[in-house]
Amino acid sequence: MSALDPVRFLAKNMRVDLALIAGMIAPGTRVLDIGCGDGTLIDHLFKTKNCDARGIEIDMGEVTHAVAYGLPVMHGDADTDLAYYPDNAFDYVVLSRALQAVERPREVLQQMLRIGTRAVVSFPNFGHWLVRWQLLSTGRMPVNATWDRPWHETPNIHPCTIRDFFVLCEEEGYVVERWLAADDAGRRGPWRRFLRLANLFGEQGVFLLRRR
Amino acid sequence: MDQPATCADPAHSHVTFDDGIVLECGTTLRRHTVAFRTYGTLNADRSNAVLVCHALTGDQYVAEEHPITGKPGWWDNVVGPGCPVDTERFFVICPNVLGGCMGSTGPLSNRELPDGTESDEPWGTEFPPVTIRDMVRAQKRLIEHLGIERLFAVLGGSMGGMQVLQWAASYPDAVFAALPIATAAYHTAQNIAFHEVGRQAIFADPDWLNGQYWRSGRIPARGLAVARMCAHITYLSEEALTRKFGRRLQNAPKDSTEAINLFGEMFEVESYLRHQGSTFVQRFDANSYLTITRAMDYFDLAADCGGDLTAAFKGTQTRFLLASFTSDWLFPTTQSRSVARALNRAGANVSFVEFPTDKGHDAFLLEEPDFHRTLAGFLRGCAAHAGLGVFA
Repeated sequence: MSALDPVRFLAKNMRVDLALIAGMIAPGTRVLDIGCGDGTLIDHLFKTKNCDARGIEIDMGEVTHAVAYGLPVMHGDADTDLAYYPDNAFDYVVLSRALQAVERPREVLQQMLRIGTRAVVSFPNFGHWLVRWQLLSTGRMPVNATWDRPWHETPNIHPCTIRDFFVLCEEEGYVVERWLAADDAGRRGPWRRFLRLANLFGEQGVFLLRRR
Repeated sequence: MDQPATCADPAHSHVTFDDGIVLECGTTLRRHTVAFRTYGTLNADRSNAVLVCHALTGDQYVAEEHPITGKPGWWDNVVGPGCPVDTERFFVICPNVLGGCMGSTGPLSNRELPDGTESDEPWGTEFPPVTIRDMVRAQKRLIEHLGIERLFAVLGGSMGGMQVLQWAASYPDAVFAALPIATAAYHTAQNIAFHEVGRQAIFADPDWLNGQYWRSGRIPARGLAVARMCAHITYLSEEALTRKFGRRLQNAPKDSTEAINLFGEMFEVESYLRHQGSTFVQRFDANSYLTITRAMDYFDLAADCGGDLTAAFKGTQTRFLLASFTSDWLFPTTQSRSVARALNRAGANVSFVEFPTDKGHDAFLLEEPDFHRTLAGFLRGCAAHAGLGVFA
């Protein structure tokens, strides 16, 4: 990369979970980022880790934005388009804060671990104490910074908790190589050994999975 | 407009190859000429070459005034100094296709006789059928002649996009980045059907004379104009036609012979199409139109690989940008998407964007800022990956 490289560095204000995800990805690997948005993570992975990183995004405006920055992003839908990738095409397949918004989360995970050796998944934790408190105290669906739309308009049709996700991994036979829970500022919680605490205080979960 | 104003005009810059080219149909052309234009400067390590492939009725005058029509280059909003394909950074080559009528070997060229000499009559409809692959092979000869081993990028829309796909499939090591735009990996039955209407219009013109119209000194202007009018409708969209013309009427020309003009009026869209038809015949040869439409109809990249488009791109290292336009019903987004999926299966590096517009297929030639920004950004990104020194 020359100093005059005209592709702007998108990753300066990288969303905190993306930084945590990037920390789980080895340099020089092949990465597919599903729901890559404007391509912040793939830009970061290429520039700082020399990864061959590519993206799929469903929002055409974001796709245009990313490609116009010089990033390899294609328009596509996680629920339908992963089927067109060959087995083991990537070292990592990333799904950040989108698992709760896909139509068939279990099938999407299966596709991720078919086309990639490893999957990195982050999602907002529906087991967070504030969510629980809002439901308990008001008797209505929680609305807060993370779950910011009323139930009838939210794209987050499959919310789950960190414990739920562990159960799914168990059922599907995935090995959880690493996991962490983070607060909304992206600080890792001190609850690594205490799943119940992580599920109560973690705003989001980040998981590194592989096939058994 | 009785004479083809063009066409085997020696003024078109060109190179002639004497070592023969065996066409897919089995015929050998002992000599063939490729007319071409270049823009910008080839750098020292010959790594900044960009090949632009033109569409059915395009030609090599991509970024300069056309010598016959006097109109600006057909893609001068994409190719030029400071444009997405920046001629201050890239060395741009645009050849006229094999079978064309702007100086490359085609039906207007003098016929080769079996003894290797040249007849003093043109090929006409005896010109051997050529394919998109033949066109690309002729272009490859040109690129080699220019001393270029690997093209930084190959781009084109419509039939130009077919050539881009063929380039990437035939010469993967010679193409760093491929940009097939508003195109498809095969011509559909509907595409073929529209072409056939155009061809029949040419055949039905009494001036066509079985393709030997040079003998009468006339051209089948009426038939070729109708072919163009029919094709032109497919390049637009209902929204665009409504926006531009609606149902507005205007005065019919005084010399109009059509009895169906009511009250001396005609619809604006009729007038527009007639104008498109009549200007087209001044710059295009009817036999070339027949030859090239046939080449497009026969294009089916997957068929060359046992029906599997993925096999055409197996192991490719080329970086692709597929672009389509929402209102393009001639080469709709579904076609680009299926190419993108085939490339995914091949493990290729693919970008794929659809641009919202009401301008139909022609959008790729028109002012579409998002499209142009995306072309520029994609090429910038590729240049960074290619380690291209042109930005230094």
